[in-house]
Amino acid sequence: MIKAEWFYWLVGLSFLVMASQMVTDRSNPKRYGTGAFWGLIGAGFIYSSWVVTKQAPAEPLGVAVLVMAGLAGFGFTGRGTPRTTTAEERAASAARFGNRLFVPALTIPVVAMACAIGVKNLSFGGEPVLQTGSETILGLGIGAVVALVVGMVMLREKRLSVPVQSGRSMLEAMGWAMLLPQMLATLGAIFQVSGVGDQVGKLTTSILPKDSLVIAIVVYCVGMFAFTIIMGNAFAAFPVMTAAVGWPVLIGHFHGNAAAVLAIGMLAGFCGTLVTPMAANFNIVPAALLELKDQYGPIKAQLPTAGVLLGCNIVIMTLFAF
Amino acid sequence: MIVLLGVLVVVLGFATKRNPLLVVGVAGIATGLLGGLSPGKVLAAFGEGFAGSRAVTIFAITLPVIGLLERYGLQEQARNLIARFGRLTTGRFLALYLGLRQLGAAVGLTNVFGHAQTVRPLAVPMAEGAAERKYGALPDRTREKVRSFSASADNIGLFFGEDVFLAVGSILLITGFVNTTYGTHLEPLHLALWAIPTAVCAFVVHGWRLLRLDRQLERDLLTADVQPGPAVEAAQ
Repeated sequence: MIKAEWFYWLVGLSFLVMASQMVTDRSNPKRYGTGAFWGLIGAGFIYSSWVVTKQAPAEPLGVAVLVMAGLAGFGFTGRGTPRTTTAEERAASAARFGNRLFVPALTIPVVAMACAIGVKNLSFGGEPVLQTGSETILGLGIGAVVALVVGMVMLREKRLSVPVQSGRSMLEAMGWAMLLPQMLATLGAIFQVSGVGDQVGKLTTSILPKDSLVIAIVVYCVGMFAFTIIMGNAFAAFPVMTAAVGWPVLIGHFHGNAAAVLAIGMLAGFCGTLVTPMAANFNIVPAALLELKDQYGPIKAQLPTAGVLLGCNIVIMTLFAF
Repeated sequence: MIVLLGVLVVVLGFATKRNPLLVVGVAGIATGLLGGLSPGKVLAAFGEGFAGSRAVTIFAITLPVIGLLERYGLQEQARNLIARFGRLTTGRFLALYLGLRQLGAAVGLTNVFGHAQTVRPLAVPMAEGAAERKYGALPDRTREKVRSFSASADNIGLFFGEDVFLAVGSILLITGFVNTTYGTHLEPLHLALWAIPTAVCAFVVHGWRLLRLDRQLERDLLTADVQPGPAVEAAQ
């Protein structure tokens, strides 16, 4: 059985290799801090396998995570000068290879799709080929490895160091943004165990008038929206707002259609995801990946759509759920 | 009530533009301690959080191959390809991308597109290429706008497509939470059906805004031609 952990190890290992390249890169004025940051992430990726199965203590990893946050947060990381081709070389290479260049890039989605649809149902000797529940992640990982092989053969590139160096440049360009989604997931978990959700639920219930359907709908949807902005994740907001308003008031008191109320409520939360820096993997990481000067560029592009769609959700729920 | 101070730390931190990693680290420690966790428990929470959320970083596995292809001119070829489709403007191309992303997500292919594997190497060069063909080299400000809207097309397509698919995380979270907490029985299929009206709204609203982007680009770039250089910056 192909396991998701193998790909986490592969990612961790490639971070470690890239970290060693970073330390020796004299064009980066902060090479030691940068190398330490990515080295810790890489080691953390591998060590995590045993944390997940509870065979190793999580505290040392927690210390490492806070050290990484400190390294990046206090400006100890930087980036070197990427070793790459010139614009002329790229244009010449594009002319030479033409649309064949798309073949490896398209290999990733094609393999991901094949794994999600076809290989998912295959089993070998009574065991599923792909670890159950991780098919899409495995598809992405297998797709990337196959694409790398296809690309290197097609481009007649024999040095594995070339793609590793290119990947490293992209990592350095993203910098701390790369760690933020995992940090935010952690924050969400801490908020949960510390009872932040219960407190917000109590606050909402105390200010909600019980006799107006429209106000209750607006409070549920806007609450999902606002709480998602704070938590960065509609999944964290959903249990809180549903326990406070959705289930007792909208479904219990006003007899709404449960499936409609809850599905549309979740989508109101997704509108919040579009406008919050806390949803870093959707909003901040792409800004870094696309080398934007304004890290809030994607949020600004999404803000009007998110506002209109929040209104749409309120209207759809009012019209069809009761 | 005092645990809500952690939320305040986050809001203040982002409002004053501190480094987000520090903001989140401090907010996590503060909330954990105020919520009665021991320092060791807080550390363990950070460790477990990192370990449990590695899936969001797995896209890094695609970076070497994308970097390799970019080195050999992938972005340039994406521009060349789009230049052949004369009627495909930036806005029309991004609206098409939005539709494909939504349809893909709606049939469960949430990892088929994405910022690292599709938006940076393919969608952005194509969207920029369509504008460049019409207006020539783009000023930085316009380039930022096109890239921001490319990122938005991917996000909105994903969010408002995936809930139409039964086996996606959010649908399973809803049924799991409600069925265990309230002892009822909700079918994923019904939830997925109720996601369709919003999905249609999302396509219409954001698709319309993407098409309007063409007009904005035209206005921005034609005024830029009249007053080139720093004069434009000052006027804005």
